[in-house]
Amino acid sequence: MLIGGILVITRKNPVHSALALIVALLAQASIYLMLYAPFVAGVQIILYAGGIMVLFLFVIMLVNVERSMKERQFNSQWVVGIIAATALGGLFIAVYTKGNNIFPNHALRMTTGEAPNTQGVAIMLYGQYMFAFEIASLLLLVAIIGAVVMAKKRI
Amino acid sequence: MHEIIQYISSYLTSDKTPGAAGNMFWVLVYIMLVFAGLSVAVIAMNWLERKILAHMQVRLGPMRVGPHGLLQPIADAIKLLLKEDIVPSEADGFVFWMAPLIVVLAAFTVFVVVPFGPTHAITDMNIGILFMLGVSSLSVLGIVMAGWASNSHYPLMGALRSSAQMVSYEIAMGLAVVSAVMMTSLNASGTGTLSMIGIVQAQQAQGMWFIFKFFPLGLIAFFIFAVAMVAETNRAPFDLAEAESELTAGFHTEYSGFRWSLFFLAEYSAMIAVSSIAVTLWLGGWLRPFPNFLNGAPWDQAFCFIPGITFLFLAAMCFYNTMRMPKHPLFRVQTIGLAGFGVVLGLIGLVLFVPAVSVRVQDIFWFSTKVAGFMYVYIWFRGTFPRYRFDQLMQLGWKVLLPMGLGVLILTATVGLWPLIQQTIWHP
Repeated sequence: MLIGGILVITRKNPVHSALALIVALLAQASIYLMLYAPFVAGVQIILYAGGIMVLFLFVIMLVNVERSMKERQFNSQWVVGIIAATALGGLFIAVYTKGNNIFPNHALRMTTGEAPNTQGVAIMLYGQYMFAFEIASLLLLVAIIGAVVMAKKRI
Repeated sequence: MHEIIQYISSYLTSDKTPGAAGNMFWVLVYIMLVFAGLSVAVIAMNWLERKILAHMQVRLGPMRVGPHGLLQPIADAIKLLLKEDIVPSEADGFVFWMAPLIVVLAAFTVFVVVPFGPTHAITDMNIGILFMLGVSSLSVLGIVMAGWASNSHYPLMGALRSSAQMVSYEIAMGLAVVSAVMMTSLNASGTGTLSMIGIVQAQQAQGMWFIFKFFPLGLIAFFIFAVAMVAETNRAPFDLAEAESELTAGFHTEYSGFRWSLFFLAEYSAMIAVSSIAVTLWLGGWLRPFPNFLNGAPWDQAFCFIPGITFLFLAAMCFYNTMRMPKHPLFRVQTIGLAGFGVVLGLIGLVLFVPAVSVRVQDIFWFSTKVAGFMYVYIWFRGTFPRYRFDQLMQLGWKVLLPMGLGVLILTATVGLWPLIQQTIWHP
């Protein structure tokens, strides 16, 4: 996953970056598998690697890439970049070491592999987090309608 | 020697798939068997497609290479291996090389969870159907890469059209699959399963293939999946992206020789894979026809004879055609070849009559027969229907199959939960 991530930002050719992103997403799916969450891993492959990355590749291929590949690469804001990366890294380390008391019910600990992951996700999603689920689907509906409105020719 | 036989026979009567039992040696053996079986199936599909299309068009098809063209696929394979490997000059080398690899990997990895029997799968994940849908959606990426890496207009347009079509029909496929998976939860504990073996066992427990369940909802869901799977694998009548007269073979225009044969292999494997999904979800997987209507030991025994009878019938057809061969000295080798092939088929049929073998082969035979039926239907569609134009294709996917899929999903959920709804409404 690290190799995939580093290749995404260092390749000049955007199609190579997209392929490296696919590698990183597949590695993410296997990390989910190692955390005893096969359902989330399967859904990650279907949606991210098989759906969203296809859309990325469509856009990259339909846009003229040769001109952007010849432009000079610059990174003159490396000071701000290092400060932001250090702050984010410090935040991650703080949550990882002292995180058990932040989340309710010690939710940061790994789940056991006992109950099947699909059932667990379904019970949580349609039981405890039903409101958040409905709001997320409303958000997706708004996105779809917005895309149709922006891309239509006329009513 | 005695220990080896005992080890093999003690394994063959186990009740777990090799993956679940954690036995690496048997996992590798099963993988080899599935890979070999799949390769033989793809070669047979090549021959069958040309012969069946020819017979539907009132002509004969390949007749020269072997007896009745039986060695034609081998001639095709040798030709493809010996062809010059052309790489376009401005093409992106790495992506050009990777694209057929990704498509073939995606098409073959799917077979890890295909259930040929209650213990005859390589492994049984409890997200089996999700894994199959996910990995087969990775082949879209390979096609997009192939079209882009060829650095020419026709492959790029063909690849974009083909991948847009595949992504659109994946949605209809997913809805049909979900409505079939919902039917697995109609048991005492109210929990369904996503594992392929579990879905067939649910059909066995409920005593009905899901295609007949809640008639006509199972049938409509099966129909949606059948149409979507033909569109997903870019086969006729949805093959605008790779038809010769339209886009000069679409995304695999610039591939020649062995690389093209990899695409071809991946296309047929994907056809067999989605047919296996359809057979597992709706047609009862490895169950024999009428598992409950004609139950009992005498019917089980009668159905046990069918594998052997099928192969003996094929051998009889071979011998009949041997007698019809022209009696000319130039045809001597072909006549002997056909007679030999008939003898081999007859021997396989006789072996399948032995009770020890036929009991274990039953499940695999019924599964393979149903998938073979689907392959015939694929070829039948190709020979019968005219091609869809691309906008008609997209309209079919989004405006017809998607609403139908949603309707079937809602109706299946309502009918499946009807007792619970009844209870809630009338006894609150």
